[in-house]
Order: sequence, then structure tokens, then C-alpha cells
Amino acid sequence: MSTQDQATADLAVRATGVGKVFSTATGDVVALTDVELTVEAGEFVSLIGPSGCGKSTLLRLIADLDDASSGQLSIFGKTARQARIDQDYGIAFQQAGLLPWRTVAGNIELPLELHKVGRDARAARVAELAQLVGLSDFMDRYPDQLSGGMQQRVAIARALAEQPRLLLMDEPFGALDEMTREYLQSELARIAAETGAAVVFVTHSIPEAVFLSDRVVVMSPRPGRITDILDVPFGNERTEALRESPEYFERVTAVREALHGAPTERANER
Amino acid sequence: MTLAAQEREPARWVRVVAPVAVGVIMFALWVLIVDVLKIAPRALPSPFAVAGELVTHADIILEDMGITATNALIGLAAGAIVAIVAAGLAATFRPIDGMLAPLVAAIAVVPIVAITPILNTMFGASSQFGRVSIAALAAFVPVFINVLRGLRQTRPVHRDLLRASGASGSQTFRFLTLPTALPYLVTGLRVASSLAVIAALVAEYFGGPADGIGTAIAGYAKSGKAALAFAYVVGGVAIGLAFFLVTLLLEWLVTRRRPT
Repeated sequence: MSTQDQATADLAVRATGVGKVFSTATGDVVALTDVELTVEAGEFVSLIGPSGCGKSTLLRLIADLDDASSGQLSIFGKTARQARIDQDYGIAFQQAGLLPWRTVAGNIELPLELHKVGRDARAARVAELAQLVGLSDFMDRYPDQLSGGMQQRVAIARALAEQPRLLLMDEPFGALDEMTREYLQSELARIAAETGAAVVFVTHSIPEAVFLSDRVVVMSPRPGRITDILDVPFGNERTEALRESPEYFERVTAVREALHGAPTERANER
Repeated sequence: MTLAAQEREPARWVRVVAPVAVGVIMFALWVLIVDVLKIAPRALPSPFAVAGELVTHADIILEDMGITATNALIGLAAGAIVAIVAAGLAATFRPIDGMLAPLVAAIAVVPIVAITPILNTMFGASSQFGRVSIAALAAFVPVFINVLRGLRQTRPVHRDLLRASGASGSQTFRFLTLPTALPYLVTGLRVASSLAVIAALVAEYFGGPADGIGTAIAGYAKSGKAALAFAYVVGGVAIGLAFFLVTLLLEWLVTRRRPT
């Protein structure tokens, strides 16, 4: 392996010139164009932007849930498809997407069961994950007995089941109330730090992106593209005190200005 | 509970007492017409006479109930299995769906009574096969339609999840598609169970072996033994009720963990 290949393999995500075109009855729609993005191992990167900016599309391309129309996409130096088959990433969606006929434990262990992990190993891992997300007392409950926030924690535990080096999250807290949301943000910051996984996190919320991320990727619609990438140099200090600090507000303002700087957004907002 | 809620929803005792009251009133009317006023036609016996026949002929009634219930059960099972396999094929392969759709539509619109004499004659007077196949035919349609619908109900987020988890096609079927379709299957079975009992019983009115509830009802009604005919009707009701309750229980067991 050459040094450059090695460097690529160390990157969680590397996108060069990635684009996505959807064919519809009324013609082609450019959902995403010319995306250049790298995500380091262990790095937390948020994708933020208004509806239609392609942030979810980009996440789905990384997850190999859709195919890129153009450009190169590599996950730990592999194709997206190979990374998906090798289970290099875990994923959580805006809807928790729990299987209603399975208990909390049954949902968390689904990926392990799909990959034929033995019963005992599964039980041990599920207990570990339930502890990590604080659901140890709810293992035998069914999803319809849980609140939205608890369901989302189950989904996060499930995403972490295979100890992925990359966590993909598509607005996982978008449907939750503000209190639950802030609580789960802190939990996620802790979990991401503990597991050392890289995270690609899609969100609508500027404060959420700033609180969680090492870098915030600002995107813009028609056509969906990256317009700015901002550093958020808070390291592992993602505590409640951070939410009150001037540095935090300064970063929030920077991201807001970057978002509103996009010409189409300006037209909408004013 | 607020006053408004009280006005909208009847109290629990009303919900229990109301149907019981209807039963008591019907029974009282029946007794009044037949036993007190004695204005009933000969074909309507006293409820007490029906009860008496039920007791004295319990052995043969049970025997005939066994025949009809078995026909219905085998028909239901066979019809359901064929329907599940056919629906599975139709859901997986578009062309098969296209081939089966008109066939199922045809089966659905054929009045079962219309082909019953033909099937009975086809399989002869000594075989239950005609009756079983009629019950199977009746059970096939609701099971097929419901299972096919159920197999298409998987939610996009679940499909994404299974794909993202690297699940194979057969794993996706086993872990997602099948469990999603299960409530639809049991709903289909509940509808089919009543139809299978009706079909098995009605089939007996049109020939075949000289046993079963339907044969007995037709025979005793013609020969003027109205009370015994009614006792058999009670047996038929019991079979239908048993099938319905078992499938209802099955449906409850399967659907209680799922939001509707």
C-alpha cells in the first residue's frame, strides 16, 4: 500500500467531485453537485443547510443507500458499497425506525443477529450498549412503550452495535422536544468521545451543529452543494457550560452568517 | 371522567347489558309466539324443544359437527397455504403478480354456491374432497389479498435500516417483510375462517357423502323434524363461533405489539 493509499484508508470519508442527479417525470433534478469533503477518523462533522440542500442525500450516498451519479466516494479507503457490506458504519435516522415487534434488546441486537453473532456474545454486547445509552432497565419493553427520546437512544445503541468506526446520523433528534434534544446531544457527545468513532451528522439546527461538531459543513440548495466549512475548536469540552459561553455564541453566529450568506437563502429569509 | 365524556361513551355495564337484553327479549318473543300464543308455523319449534333435541342427539350432532369442522379446517389450511405461497410469488415477481391478478379476481367473483354442485359431482358422492376444495377456494381469496398487501407494507426507514445493516435479500424477507405482513395474514385468516365454515356447510346442501351438519339440516328440515334441524343449526353456529374466536385470538396475539 502506497503512502497515499494509506492516507486515504485513514480517512473515514473522502468525497471528490461527488454529485447526485435524480430522474423524475418532469426532468432531472440535481440534488448534489461537486462535493469535496474529507472526514478524519474520530472527527465529528455536521452537515447543515436548508431543505433541499442535499445534506441527507450526501449522507445516503456515504451509507450506500443511494448511488452517486458522479465523482469518487471512499469510506476508510473502500467503496461505499464495500464499507456497507463490511459494516464499517452504523446509522441512525430521524425516525428511530425500531421494529415494533421486537423488544428494546431485540432491536439493539438486530445488526448482530443479521451477522450471525452468537447468542451469548449478543447478550453481552446488548447489555454493554444498553448501559452506554442508559436503557438497562428497559430491555424487555417494546418500542410503543417508550418515549420518542428513548426510542432514539435505542436507535443509537443499535447503530453502535457493531462497534463501527463511523456513525452516520440523519437528523436523529429532529423530532424531539428541545429538552430531550439537549440532553441527547450531551449524551451523543459523550458516546462519540468514548467510542472514538467519526460522526457525520445531518441537522437543521445551528446550535446543535456547533455544540457537537469539530467542523460544520454549510450547504446550500438548487443545486445542493457545500458553500462553507467552519472549524469549531472546542475539542472534547462538550459540556452544558459550553452552551452558555461567549465562544459558543460566537461560533453559532459564524455558522448563521455562513448559512445566510448563501444567495438563495438570503432571498428566502428577507 | 367529565360529563361530556360520560354522555359520549356508555358506561361499561351498559355495553354488557345491552346485548344481553336483546338476547333475552328475542328469547321471550320466541317463547311467546311458539309456546304461549301458539301462532308459529310448524317449521319454527319451541326453544325448549330445540334444547331437548340438542341433549338427546348430542352424540350424532357432535359427530356431524366433527365432519363439517374438519372439512372447513382442512379447506382453510390448504387455501391459506396456497394463498400465502401465491402472494409471496406475486410480491416478489411482478410478472407473476400480473398473471395471478385476473385469476384471483375471477375466483373472487365466482359465487361459491354456483360451482358447488359441479365440484361435488366431479369428486363423487363418497368423497369429502369436493367440500374441502370449496372451503379452500373460499378461504383463498381473503388470505391472498391480505398477505399480498401485507408484503408491500414495509416502511422505507426499515428497508434503509436493513440495507444499511448489510442484510441479504432472504434476511430482509425474514427479519422485515414477513413480520410486517403477519398482522395482515391473521386478518385474512380471520375473514377466511368464517368463509371456510360457511362454504363447507353450504357445500353439503348440494350432495356428496350423507354426513355433516348441512346434510342433516337439509334432511331434517324436509322431513319435518324442525326441532332437530334447529339443534343442528346451533351446532353450525358453534363451529363458526369457534373458528372466529380462535382466529380473533390469533389476531390479537400478533397485533397487540404494533401501533395501528
